[in-house]
Amino acid sequence: MSFVHIILLGMLIVCALAVSLTRHLLTSLIVYMAYSLIMAVIWMLMESPDLAITEAAVGAGITSILFFVTLKKIRAIREEGSHEQAEK
Amino acid sequence: MSKRRSDWQTRPQARIRKWFQQGFTALDDEIINQISQQTIQQPEVSQMMEAQREAMDTRRYERSLALERLERHELQAWVRTRGRKAIGRVYVALALAMAVLMIFFLLETVAHMPRFGDPNAPVTNEVTERYITRGVEETGAVNIVAGMILDYRAFDTLGESTVLFIAASAVLILLRIDRRKDGTPVQELIAAESDDRHYEPRADRILQGSVMVLTPIILLFGIYIILNGHLSPGGGFSGGAIISAGLILYLDAFGFDKAGRFFTYKTFAWVSFFSLSFYALAKAYSFYMGANGLPSGIPLGTPGAILSGGLIMPLNIAVGMVVSCTMYIFYALFRKGGL
Repeated sequence: MSFVHIILLGMLIVCALAVSLTRHLLTSLIVYMAYSLIMAVIWMLMESPDLAITEAAVGAGITSILFFVTLKKIRAIREEGSHEQAEK
Repeated sequence: MSKRRSDWQTRPQARIRKWFQQGFTALDDEIINQISQQTIQQPEVSQMMEAQREAMDTRRYERSLALERLERHELQAWVRTRGRKAIGRVYVALALAMAVLMIFFLLETVAHMPRFGDPNAPVTNEVTERYITRGVEETGAVNIVAGMILDYRAFDTLGESTVLFIAASAVLILLRIDRRKDGTPVQELIAAESDDRHYEPRADRILQGSVMVLTPIILLFGIYIILNGHLSPGGGFSGGAIISAGLILYLDAFGFDKAGRFFTYKTFAWVSFFSLSFYALAKAYSFYMGANGLPSGIPLGTPGAILSGGLIMPLNIAVGMVVSCTMYIFYALFRKGGL
């Protein structure tokens, strides 16, 4: 196991913990996107580029976009003016 | 006048009518007489008893009514407290029985399968070896993953596409807001559109400029991944997801009015219908031919050329079209309940 592998796996664990421990929904969503991207790189290193492409497109792209829209609909993301209130 | 009336009264019709009327009155009189005689004949004692019995009857009737009401009340209380629990217990017991039965059947099936990592199992030597050694020659696809999922195991991929389509239909049922038959929008649709207009990204110069540059590249990349699925990593699903990401980006930058010029609800329906039915027909053919591989009349061609791999490329295109349309319509439905 190379040095890059260890760093990536450590980041994966950190991201997985951060997603569930973050209070702010928007932050956890962005951390989730980072998780998907790291996962895509790991797939690439494990020599399965098919999965890497799918993970990057679906996990980091489409799923997160759908989550964003849902958060907007349930008023979890406010407008820019009142964004500071939402963070508190 | 009087003469005419007398004339009329002497006519046979009038006479019959008169006879009827008089006869009826006579009958009525007789009936009334009989009834009055009977009532007079009854002694007063029986009247007293009648009244008493009536009172008792009413009391008994009231008591039974009260009992009935009490019973009903108790039944309702039982249903509300214990009955619900009892039904819940029965439900849980049935569910547990079903789950245990399912687990038993699955374990039974697994017990008949070769052990994991067994060196003599066909999965670890025969199947893998055949896929690797003869995959290119049998499927004509250099990318052996595409050859596996779209030729040897194309039936699984049909299931995947169908699952995605069913998910899109469920989201459609849940989230779509229909117009009325004459085309006027419903109150909910107006509310959803105004809500979307309130939250949608403003006509942002930076976003629009970057989308003008990026969207064609993203779409081209997706099409490349789909068309090159049998030669290089990728395929229908990932390429379709990339194309839908490009479409969503365009929709975000330019709004529903501009995106609706090339993608409407009808587009989604027809593209999904034709792609899925093409896939299902192509696969059903091979399923009835023994479900081993996907034999088609198309020549396999030289491995490595763009026109090779038999049916794999058309199937990739079908899957990609279904996936991209489905993802795009997901986004549109999530945003304002329709295109």
